[in-house]
Amino acid sequence: MSKALSDTPTQPWKTVDPEFRKQQLITHLGTPVLALLFTVISPMAGFTGFCVTWFGFHVFAAALLAKYGKKPKSYANAFIEVFVGVTIFVFVAFVSTVLWPVISNGMAGVSHLNLLFQDAGKVGADASLDKGGFGHAIVGSALMIGLASLISVPIGILAALYVTEVRGKLTPFVRFFVQAMSGVPSIVAGLFIYSALIISGILQYSGFAGSLALSILMLPTVARTAEEILRLIPDDLRTAALALGGTQWRTVRMVVLPAAKSGLITSAILGIARVAGETAPLLLTAFGNNVLNVNPFSDSMAALPSYVFNQMLLGGDNDMARAWFATFVLLIAITILFTSARIVADRMKRN
Amino acid sequence: MSTELETEKITPRVIHVIRQNSDKVFRGILIAGGLAAFVLLSGIFGFLATSAGPVLRAFGLSFFTGKTWYAGDGLLPSEGSIDPPTFGLAPMLWGSLLIAVIAVAIAIPMAIGIALAATYFLPKKIAFAFTVFVDLVAAIPSIVFGLWGFFVLMQHGALWAKWLNTHLGFIPFFKVEFEGFEQSPFMAGLVLAIMITPIIAAVSREIFASVPAELINGAQALGASRWTMIRNVVIPFSKSGITGGAMLGLGRALGETIAVFFVLQLFFDEINWIRILESTGGSVASLIVSRFGEAQPLEISALFGAGLALFLVTLAVNAVATAIVSSTNRAKK
Amino acid sequence: MGSEELEFVANLDNAMETKDINVWFGERQVLANVNLEFQTNTVTALIGPSGCGKSTFIRTLNRMHELIPSAKLAGRVMLDDEDIYAAHVDPVDIRLKVGMVFQKPNPFPSMSIGDNVLAGLKLAKRKVEDADFILEDSLRKAGLWDEVKDRLKTSAGSLSGGQQQRLCIARSLVLKPQVLLMDEPCSALDPGSTRRIEETIKELRESVTIVIVTHNMQQALRVSDYTAFFLSEEGHPGHVVEYGLTNDIFHEPKDQRTDDYVHGRFG
Repeated sequence: MSKALSDTPTQPWKTVDPEFRKQQLITHLGTPVLALLFTVISPMAGFTGFCVTWFGFHVFAAALLAKYGKKPKSYANAFIEVFVGVTIFVFVAFVSTVLWPVISNGMAGVSHLNLLFQDAGKVGADASLDKGGFGHAIVGSALMIGLASLISVPIGILAALYVTEVRGKLTPFVRFFVQAMSGVPSIVAGLFIYSALIISGILQYSGFAGSLALSILMLPTVARTAEEILRLIPDDLRTAALALGGTQWRTVRMVVLPAAKSGLITSAILGIARVAGETAPLLLTAFGNNVLNVNPFSDSMAALPSYVFNQMLLGGDNDMARAWFATFVLLIAITILFTSARIVADRMKRN
Repeated sequence: MSTELETEKITPRVIHVIRQNSDKVFRGILIAGGLAAFVLLSGIFGFLATSAGPVLRAFGLSFFTGKTWYAGDGLLPSEGSIDPPTFGLAPMLWGSLLIAVIAVAIAIPMAIGIALAATYFLPKKIAFAFTVFVDLVAAIPSIVFGLWGFFVLMQHGALWAKWLNTHLGFIPFFKVEFEGFEQSPFMAGLVLAIMITPIIAAVSREIFASVPAELINGAQALGASRWTMIRNVVIPFSKSGITGGAMLGLGRALGETIAVFFVLQLFFDEINWIRILESTGGSVASLIVSRFGEAQPLEISALFGAGLALFLVTLAVNAVATAIVSSTNRAKK
Repeated sequence: MGSEELEFVANLDNAMETKDINVWFGERQVLANVNLEFQTNTVTALIGPSGCGKSTFIRTLNRMHELIPSAKLAGRVMLDDEDIYAAHVDPVDIRLKVGMVFQKPNPFPSMSIGDNVLAGLKLAKRKVEDADFILEDSLRKAGLWDEVKDRLKTSAGSLSGGQQQRLCIARSLVLKPQVLLMDEPCSALDPGSTRRIEETIKELRESVTIVIVTHNMQQALRVSDYTAFFLSEEGHPGHVVEYGLTNDIFHEPKDQRTDDYVHGRFG
């Protein structure tokens, strides 16, 4: 193995001028220091004040750097870079303030694990955190989401199969209505189930009514993602199966669906993630409950988001602590669902 | 041989396709599945309209144009009411629109910046992680945004609103009639903006990614800088797609309930046309949740009417959005 | 096409015959009046420049053509003295009798090598008792047995392109087709794999009638007994210019255009 030094592959276009690096570094490190000083001596106060000033300084410095730095650009070019940077900063800053309170307040509940397993049956408003919990809401959420999946995943996949396999005259029609359905406000889904099944006396407030409302919201998500997945299955495979004398049904069952399996699981998970945090429709259908109810067909049922909603309406310190912890649990569950869906989908796309 | 062809006109024969029974059943089931969305949408319309019937009959068009929502004793004059109710949805409908428009106005630039960053500015791996993050934000439940709006944003947002009012109060939008800044359309719009930014960003990102490489390479070969390329190639190519994405965001913002419920003070007697910083506003979805628990049958019927109006407005917005997005996608393929 | 040209085949068995095949996609006619007869247990090569309708034609022979929504057709395809497009014929039955191998190897990714070979039986819902024998027999005929006999349970994705294509051939053989259609089976393969497949084709001729579309004239010369030359001249749909014994087509073509094509002067 003899290799001349000059043969080592390099990427000369990626080398960064050290002078430019230095200027960048000064911008990124200098501005927070300046901002800190400014926050101390000026009326801008606190963390928000610091962020705002830092942000202002940074925009200014970045613009200066872009115009007069080692790699000078036109104003417009500098502007677009600063603009993109600003949007990322603002968005991430906002979202961190969304997530941070959930994490910091939620962590407080971790030392009260009874909250995860007990129900709120014998617990009054603002009771100490050592008593009761929202186990009933976790069970209720799981039951309702499970039932909703049983209903909407098969129907969603059928709708997707219609578009990708039958390819009939109704295809644009089907796609249009699936898309239109994805815009149905969640409260309207709740109203619909309330009007169709509860007012008419077919069902009472119950977990099943809740899961029907969730199915309506889940169906378009499942149908659309499943359609995208089924489109990834090459037509070659369908043709091959048909050429071997397969009927359409056996082609789909033996070739198309097995090849799309992991992707279809993704579509189901994304559907679940879509509805796991839904509150409004459940208020009108499952109503909520203080105690554990495992029968979705009779009596009202609690779910995590509606539990949080009701705790917020109570508003005491301990009520809020429960709400934050429940939100924390909900957020973790959704993150896990979403990430696993992402991983499965990426693995499928790579194959 | 070719002359022979032109003289005799041959017509295609009909190809009979015999389907086995299993396929007939299978296709039947698929058609049923495909029609599910249509059936459900018609069902939603039908049931909401029926349930809203009593109020729509009693109030007619004034249900949509009236400016007062008052439950009274829940009886119609014909039923011997002493304290007759009026149900006018206009403040809520206008309020929903106002906050949705504020949300979209804030979200569009943010979403475009995020999509540009993910497509053209960030290094590949970071761009991927960032994209996953943005998509994850789209999955954050509205109740979380409700908590955020109520406990975090409202305190700071009220300060910003006050500042805007003090310094820019001469602009009609920033005027207030009374000094309560906490639960204003501006605040609700801000919460919704963060919620819909990921949606618009995702659509924009897909459109940016579909800009043909030839166009970009062509521009670069002509010595275009990143700005000139974005301005002259990417944006013109993506304009209608971004519009469609914004409409999708608008639809989502119109229908959002819980997040708005906590950060908007409903005002039942008058339309707040443009004073976006003031704690008086309207939202159809929020109205339904806030009144549903204590409403008597007649008001329930009115809430169904509100749901029907919301359903139709979001459906229309979504249909237009879908048409725009899919027609641009088709044109680009 | 003169009838005297076809006399040399008159006393042989016809496995399949097409009568005045015309094909359209939408309003555009792509094939006109194709009349060909395929002799039992022979190899017929269809040659011609790109876009002349060879691949379209071959797909009319097992009713795969109709899967394209805008496809139309006139004429008849006779198999066992029956028109395969007759109203009472189930296309599934035709595809069982007339197998097909495609340009790109397309094994089923979710199945093992063994399952892939036997997939046809399951797709056609055929019950067999000696599945193991059929599996080995088909793989041997496709010349793949020795290479895969120890890993029948592994995924088909682990095979090379050439092996995958032979797997696809074995897969079609399981159903014991009377006719095997091959649509440029070697165009995605390297020269080594191509040679293996050509050997397989020569061995298969003992038991099945083969129709092969190829772009490679040397290949047509190597593997086929008969050759049909398709051409689509400017503004006209594709048609058969000349059909005959492969040797005649390549060495004593009657038509100037055939001569030009087989000698590489166009196409």
